[in-house]
Amino acid sequence: MIPARSGTQPRVALFVTCLVDLIRPQIGFAAIRALEAAGCEVIVPDAQTCCGQPALNSGDRDTAADLARRAIAMLEPYDHVVIPSGSCAATMRVHYPEILEHDPEWGPRAVALAARTYEILAYLDEVRGWKPDGVALDATGTYHDSCSGLRELGIKRQPRRLLAAIDGLSLKPLAGAETCCGFGGTFCVKYPAISNAIVAEKATAIDASGADLLLAGDLGCLMNMAGKLNREGSKVRAFHTIELLAGMGDGPAIGEEA
Amino acid sequence: MSSFTDRADIALADRNLKIAVERTAGTAEAKRTIAIDAFPDFEQARDRAAAIKDHVIANLGLYLERFEANAIAAGAKVHWARTADEACEIVVGICKAAGARSVARSKSMLGEEIGLPHALEQAGITRIETDLAEHIIQLADERPSHIIWPAMHKTREQVSVLFKAKHRDPHQEETIAAMAESARRHLREGMLAADVGISGANFLVADSGAVCTVTNEGNAEISLVPPRVHIVTAGIEKIVPSMGHAVHMLRMLSRSATGAALSQYTTFYTGPRRPGDRDGPEEMYIVLVDNGRTTMRETGLAEMLRCIRCGACMNHCVVFRQIGGHAYGSTYPGPMGAVLTPAFDGLAKNRDLPNACTLNGKCQEVCPVRIPLPTLLRGWREKSWREGLEPTSLRTGLGAWAWVARRPALYRAATASALKAMRLMGRGGWLRKLPLAGAWTEHRDMPKPAAQSFMAQYKKGRRS
Repeated sequence: MIPARSGTQPRVALFVTCLVDLIRPQIGFAAIRALEAAGCEVIVPDAQTCCGQPALNSGDRDTAADLARRAIAMLEPYDHVVIPSGSCAATMRVHYPEILEHDPEWGPRAVALAARTYEILAYLDEVRGWKPDGVALDATGTYHDSCSGLRELGIKRQPRRLLAAIDGLSLKPLAGAETCCGFGGTFCVKYPAISNAIVAEKATAIDASGADLLLAGDLGCLMNMAGKLNREGSKVRAFHTIELLAGMGDGPAIGEEA
Repeated sequence: MSSFTDRADIALADRNLKIAVERTAGTAEAKRTIAIDAFPDFEQARDRAAAIKDHVIANLGLYLERFEANAIAAGAKVHWARTADEACEIVVGICKAAGARSVARSKSMLGEEIGLPHALEQAGITRIETDLAEHIIQLADERPSHIIWPAMHKTREQVSVLFKAKHRDPHQEETIAAMAESARRHLREGMLAADVGISGANFLVADSGAVCTVTNEGNAEISLVPPRVHIVTAGIEKIVPSMGHAVHMLRMLSRSATGAALSQYTTFYTGPRRPGDRDGPEEMYIVLVDNGRTTMRETGLAEMLRCIRCGACMNHCVVFRQIGGHAYGSTYPGPMGAVLTPAFDGLAKNRDLPNACTLNGKCQEVCPVRIPLPTLLRGWREKSWREGLEPTSLRTGLGAWAWVARRPALYRAATASALKAMRLMGRGGWLRKLPLAGAWTEHRDMPKPAAQSFMAQYKKGRRS
C-alpha cells in the first residue's frame, strides 16, 4: 500500500465502535492500517465507549444527548473522526446535531464535529482519494448496502470503487442489496421473529448471488447476516470491507477461529 | 385485544399471506420504479408536492373556508365534524333524513378510520361495498389490510373459494376475468338501487369546491352518480388550493401507489345535479373531519398531514412485507400507520408500532411528499420513553449499559469480564446458544467475541 496524495498529514481519531471493540477487533486494526496507508496519523482516543445509538433509537434522548456530549468533548481535538460503521457515523454526523439542537453550548460543537466526522470507506475514497495498492485476493464478493450508510450518508459507490482496486476480486450483484437485513440495532432482539423472517430472505439472496464472500461496512448487519448464513449451513464467508482493503481478506472470516 | 407480537407471529406463520403480500407489493414496487425512472424530475416534483401540502397545512383555516364557500356555491351542503363519532352521526343522520335503506360505498380509508361501516350497520342501513377489494373484505367479514389494496392479504385462489361460497351466480372458470365478472353480477344491481352513495375524497379543491376521487374500477362513479344523495367524508388535510395543484398531486399519487401514470378513473364532483344535467344526485353533502388532525398539527406531526395515502411506504417496508397489514391492528398499517395510529388511538396501546421498525429509511426515500417517517417514529419512541411506557427490562438494561458507557475505565473492566465469560461458551468460532441473548440465537448464530477487546489489545501495543 502506498501513502495517498495529500500533502499534510491529518490527525485522525479512530472511533472503533462498541461492536468492533468487543466482537471483531481486527476491523479496528484494519482501519488503522488503511488510514495510515492513506497518509493519516491515527489516534485511538482512550475514553471511547459507545456513540449512544441504542439510547437514541430506544427513545432515551437524555442518555443519547449525554453520551453525545462525552463523545464530542473527546473527539473534537482532532482534524477528523473516522468510524468503520455507517450507522455510528450517521449517529454523529446526522443525529448529534439534532439531539443537541436546543443546547446553546453543545449544539454548535455537535455541528462542528459532524462536519469533520466520516464513515471510513467514504473518508478513504472521497476525502483521501486513496485506493488499495498491491492488495490481491482471488475471490468473488457480493456487497450489501447497510441502510444508515446508504440513506443517511450516501455511501454506495465508495466501497465499490475501493474494492475494484483489489487484484483478483470480482463483485457479483446482490438482489435486494439495498434492502434492510433486519438487524436494526435493538430491533432484532425486540422483535426477533420479524427480524428472522427478514434476514432469512437476505441470506437466501446472498447465497443465490453465487459469491464466496459477503461484504458490508457495518459489523451489526454483518453479524446478523453471517449468523443467519452459518445457521443455515451456507458456505458464504463474511468480512467488513475495510479488512479486505487492508489486505486482511486471507485471514479468518467473521465467526471463524483464528 | 391480542398484542402486536402475537398478531405478527400469526402472520409470519401464514404462507398464503406471504405469497399474497409479495405478489401485490412486489409488483407495485417494480412498477413504481419504472414509472419514477421515466418521470422527468421526480425529486423536484416531490419537493413541490411537499411544499404544496406544507403551505395548505400552515393555512388550513383559510383554504377550508374557501373550499366550504365554493362547495356551497356549487350547491353542496358542508358539515364539520370534530371527532369520528360526530362524523358518523352526521352521515347516519343524512341517510335517515333521506329515508335511505341501502347505501353504496366507494372505498374510503377515512370511512374506515371513523368506523363508518359499523355505524351504518348499527343504524340498520344496508351497506354495499363497491370497490372490488372492499367487496371481498365485506364478504369475508374482515378489515382492510392495506390502504390501496384492502384485500391484499388474500390470494386470488382464496378469493375464488370465497366468491363461490357467497355469490349468487359465481364464476365457473378459474380466471381473474371470470371472477371479476362474478363480482360485477353480484354488485351491479345493488349499486344501481342504492338510495345514497358514500365516498371519501382523494383531494378537496379549494378554489372550486370540487371533490376528487380516484379509482381503477369505475365503482365510485357508478355508486355516486345514480343515487339521490351523495355523501363525502374527507379528512381536513385533503385540501389543495386549485385544480393545478390537484393535478400535480395526482401525478405523484398514482405513480407512487401503482406505478400508473394516472388511475383509470379520476373524477371531480362539483355540487349536485344542476338544472339541465342529465344525471347526478339531487343532494350532495360534504363532511369535513378533523378527528385529531388539528392536534397532530400542533404536536409535532404536521409533516404527517402531507400524507396522500399512496401506500408506497408500506409496499417498500421490510416489516410490512413480512407481516402484512392486519398485524398492525389498526386502520392504517405500515410506516405511515405506525405514525398515525398512536395519534388516533393513543400511544400506550400502540407503543409497539413505532418500535417495530428497523429505521432503515426506505419509506422516507419513496414517500412522494417527503414525510420524514423515521424521524416521526423516533419521536413516538421518545414520547413512549418519557411517559414510562417502555418495558422495565429495556429501561433497566439500557440504564445499566448507559451508566457503564459513561465511565470508560469501568466499561473496559465490565466488557473484559463479559468477553471472558462468552469465550467459555461453545466450541469453534460460533455460539449457537447464549444466555440473555436467546432472541438472537434462537434464529441465528453469534460470532464468538474476541479474547481481548480492541482497546485492550491496542493498549498493549498492537497496531495492525
